Amino acid sequence: MSAPRVQLTGRPPLLPCLGVQWRVLHALLMREIITRFGRENLGVLWLAGEPMLFTLGVATLWTAAGLRHGSAIPIIAFAVTGYSSVLMWRNSANRAGSAVANNKPLLFHRNVQILDVLLTRTLLEIGGATSSFIVLSLIFIFIGWMPPPVDMLEVMFAWFMLAWFGASLALLIGAASAYSEIVERLWHPAAYLLFPLSGAAFMVDWLPVGMQNFVLLLPMVNGTEMLREGYFGNVVATHYDVGYMASCCLVLSLGGLFLVRQVSRRVEF
Amino acid sequence: MLAIQHVSKVYMTRHGPREVLRDISFRLGRGENLGILGRNGAGKSTLIRLISGAERPTSGRIVRGMRVSWPLAFGGAFQTHLTGLDNLKFVCRVYGVDYKPLVPFVEEFTELGIYFREPVLHYSNGMLTRLAFALSMAIEFDCFLIDEAMVVGDVRFHERCHVELFHKRKDRAFILVTHDANVIKLYCKNACVLHEGRLLPFPSVDAAYDFYQATMSTQAEPIEV
Repeated sequence: MSAPRVQLTGRPPLLPCLGVQWRVLHALLMREIITRFGRENLGVLWLAGEPMLFTLGVATLWTAAGLRHGSAIPIIAFAVTGYSSVLMWRNSANRAGSAVANNKPLLFHRNVQILDVLLTRTLLEIGGATSSFIVLSLIFIFIGWMPPPVDMLEVMFAWFMLAWFGASLALLIGAASAYSEIVERLWHPAAYLLFPLSGAAFMVDWLPVGMQNFVLLLPMVNGTEMLREGYFGNVVATHYDVGYMASCCLVLSLGGLFLVRQVSRRVEF
Repeated sequence: MLAIQHVSKVYMTRHGPREVLRDISFRLGRGENLGILGRNGAGKSTLIRLISGAERPTSGRIVRGMRVSWPLAFGGAFQTHLTGLDNLKFVCRVYGVDYKPLVPFVEEFTELGIYFREPVLHYSNGMLTRLAFALSMAIEFDCFLIDEAMVVGDVRFHERCHVELFHKRKDRAFILVTHDANVIKLYCKNACVLHEGRLLPFPSVDAAYDFYQATMSTQAEPIEV
């Protein structure tokens, strides 16, 4: 009908794309916060409140049950570091399962992609678990039930690794669930069974050597051990392999991104 | 300029792959408009979703050299647990527009009253359509994709859409798909018929209209034009 004004070939420039990316993530974050927490009572504070309640509950249970941990670590600190680590990978993956289905109408907007929807939920979950960990630690350190962390940098690095693991798992579970509902059905029992194996309720050192090598195959066990080494220092003996955990995260991330791309191509309304 | 180049779309069904759209090509310049007629299930909404970028074609290319709206259909594009206002905010954030100056226009146009601040899931079809229309008018697009949205709604709504789209924005392009030939006749300068997966061009809206009416009444094979 008429000659093209602009020749749109090749890739658009990076900077404007980052602008769009930020706008979309911001819009999705606000949308998630409003529908999940509403505007009543605590509102967005529930983001940290929910995981805090979980962690407090578990800490109380473990204290009441007098969980044998045979080391010098106060049980509250043991529970807070352990359960917070679980929240990092479990909540991200749990929330990712329904992410695509719940946000499908928003994919009508060209710039809103499945990857954005999954990243948004993961950011929120990691943000919530992180604030819960920080707030609880500060409170318990303040009242003297928990020692302050020995090596802050190592704690942060271990936390980053757990976040990476959670995010890569979320991408994989989220995209795979969009393919087939079976994935979500299988993930929930898997997460339930993985919890006792995840290193939250034990130190690898307490296990027989054969078992140690087996549980260390689970990436999050390495992360939790590292976190505890950073937090408690030499008081505890820890076993972990950062290289192994990073390799697992890398494979999961690439697999997740690949699946996200595949599933984005076949979005149907 | 919007260019649709050899676009095909295949959906997987229980009975194997089904080609809904077959090798569709056309161009639309700024300010031009196109009406696409098709019966129920002809693939009109699919084509609109492909053009908007919400879905991707199985093969072929879509080049958007102007700002193309999302499909203006009733239902789609809303998060139903959000209120009308929240949906406005969402859309504005995604498209990088300040929502505050737009609230009066959207409130006035949609006539939702207190429902503007209620979750969209409590809306009727008419309310959804008004909101969808108002939101896409709130964002300045060069090309609007309208999927049947003009067909639902009452006379008053039609008149207001007419004013907003065809008077205030008559410099914009639009693609209107519908099964209602009269709507196309009323608004479009060019018309095509989507028939058996192919987009058949016609020299005039009347010719498209006649062909469409003929396929509606008889099960006639398409005439090559």
